[in-house]
Amino acid sequence: MNLEGLVAQLLAMAVALVGAPLLAGWVNMCRAWLQNRRAPPLTMPFRTLHKLFWKESVVARDASPIFRVAPYIVFGCMLLASLIIPTLSTNLPMATAADAIALVGLFGLARLFISLAAMDIGTSFGTLGARREMLVGFLAEPAFLMVVFTASLISSSTSLATTVSTLAHREFAILPSLAFAGLAFTMVSLAENARVPVDNPATHLELTMIHEALILEYSGRHLALIEWASSLKLFAYSCAGLAIFFPWGIAEANDHVALLWALPALAAKLAIGGFALAAIETTLAKMRIFRVPEFLATAFLLGVLALLVHLLLGA
Amino acid sequence: MSPLTGQVINLFASVLLLIAFAMLAQRRIVTLINLFAIQGLALVGSTLTVAWATGQHHLYWSAGITFVLKVVALPLILHRLIRRLNVKWDIETLINIPTMMLVGIVLVVFAFNLALPISQFSQSIARATLGIALACVLMSFLMMITRSKAVPQVIGFLAMENGLFFAATSATYGMPMVVELGIALDVLVGMVILGVFMFQIREQFDSLDIHHLEQLKED
Repeated sequence: MNLEGLVAQLLAMAVALVGAPLLAGWVNMCRAWLQNRRAPPLTMPFRTLHKLFWKESVVARDASPIFRVAPYIVFGCMLLASLIIPTLSTNLPMATAADAIALVGLFGLARLFISLAAMDIGTSFGTLGARREMLVGFLAEPAFLMVVFTASLISSSTSLATTVSTLAHREFAILPSLAFAGLAFTMVSLAENARVPVDNPATHLELTMIHEALILEYSGRHLALIEWASSLKLFAYSCAGLAIFFPWGIAEANDHVALLWALPALAAKLAIGGFALAAIETTLAKMRIFRVPEFLATAFLLGVLALLVHLLLGA
Repeated sequence: MSPLTGQVINLFASVLLLIAFAMLAQRRIVTLINLFAIQGLALVGSTLTVAWATGQHHLYWSAGITFVLKVVALPLILHRLIRRLNVKWDIETLINIPTMMLVGIVLVVFAFNLALPISQFSQSIARATLGIALACVLMSFLMMITRSKAVPQVIGFLAMENGLFFAATSATYGMPMVVELGIALDVLVGMVILGVFMFQIREQFDSLDIHHLEQLKED
């Protein structure tokens, strides 16, 4: 590992840690504007995190160690995930350690622990949320894998860094497979990040909530870590999508000028993406939980179609 | 022949396949008709691209016929029909929708494998899309099998004709003009007859569910 790679890696980590709450704040701002409300400031998630870190964490009397370690594991998973996704530069030493399939595995591990922790306390809401989370997760994972496989087939590598640098350098071509994969990826990200057609991040209505039901029992620094982790997850998904489908502006190895430009490019892409997410969330209605399998089956179908179209048409 | 032309045809082919899946999964009749119109539009686009790329003038004519018939006339007739039959409600399918999509994927894989050896003999620029055309035909079949109401079955029949037409343009640069005109008129006349049938079915059974047709004998 050379010094430059180390710098790029540390920079990616810092950008993820700071950028994730900012992205969450930006989405909330856009949502408020679209709903004709006064928007909370952009730094609101930081203030929430600050407040939560200084509060006492209350843990239930019969909580097992799983409940205590889960926030740290979830946060660690999300941080690792954001390390292997090329946000600013494709020169990431960590990217050789884990490929896109391992990335899906990391998200799966985080989901497993947060569900275990929710069931651990023994409240009915926790169990209900855990079951729903596993339902959504087990349907979303194959669709996500199909998207990853399509991108990997086009670039003949499962490493995200190689995929992104190949996709950024190919000559202009209309690829229907990538368009299908992009649609599937958008649907999967909406489901995985507990966004509106699947789950409402702003509600605490017990009949509909999924993500909020999982973390009802957490407080203080545990809750802060989980909130931070979920914004990191949104950031990781957005960056992965942007890197695969809009790979322009990401710096190559040994390209210092491009690295300088990569940050404003990423910020601009995330700003547009965040606004699009807020627009999707405002215009769509939350669907019934029994419609979620249908929604995710469509995502899986689009992923498989992308794969098949690529194999048949070579495009 | 620029590679871009081939890519545009591939794009239209993928849109056709996507719409075939969307029709398979659609519950509402009105949306189904709109999807059928969009599929026709994609077909017109691909035919025009093939015509422009190969300089086959009769393909312009068939694209024009397709546009008039499948994008304008048939959707209008169908819309009028469902307004007069008053059947805008949701359709129930025989199999649930995620299962149907999985069956659809299996059909696509089957069609792709089937078309692979055939398309190797073809010299056409769009030969790779033969598999997609075959998949569209098979999926329209599936739609006709799994729907229990008369109107979606008719739409499935029309969509199947779309797939056949696409197969003809992609594999052999279109059929002779006489055949094409014949098919176009057949579809139109078939549509009119099926419309009359639907009125008769409803008159007889007060519903468009074709299960009633299983007991035609009078006790």
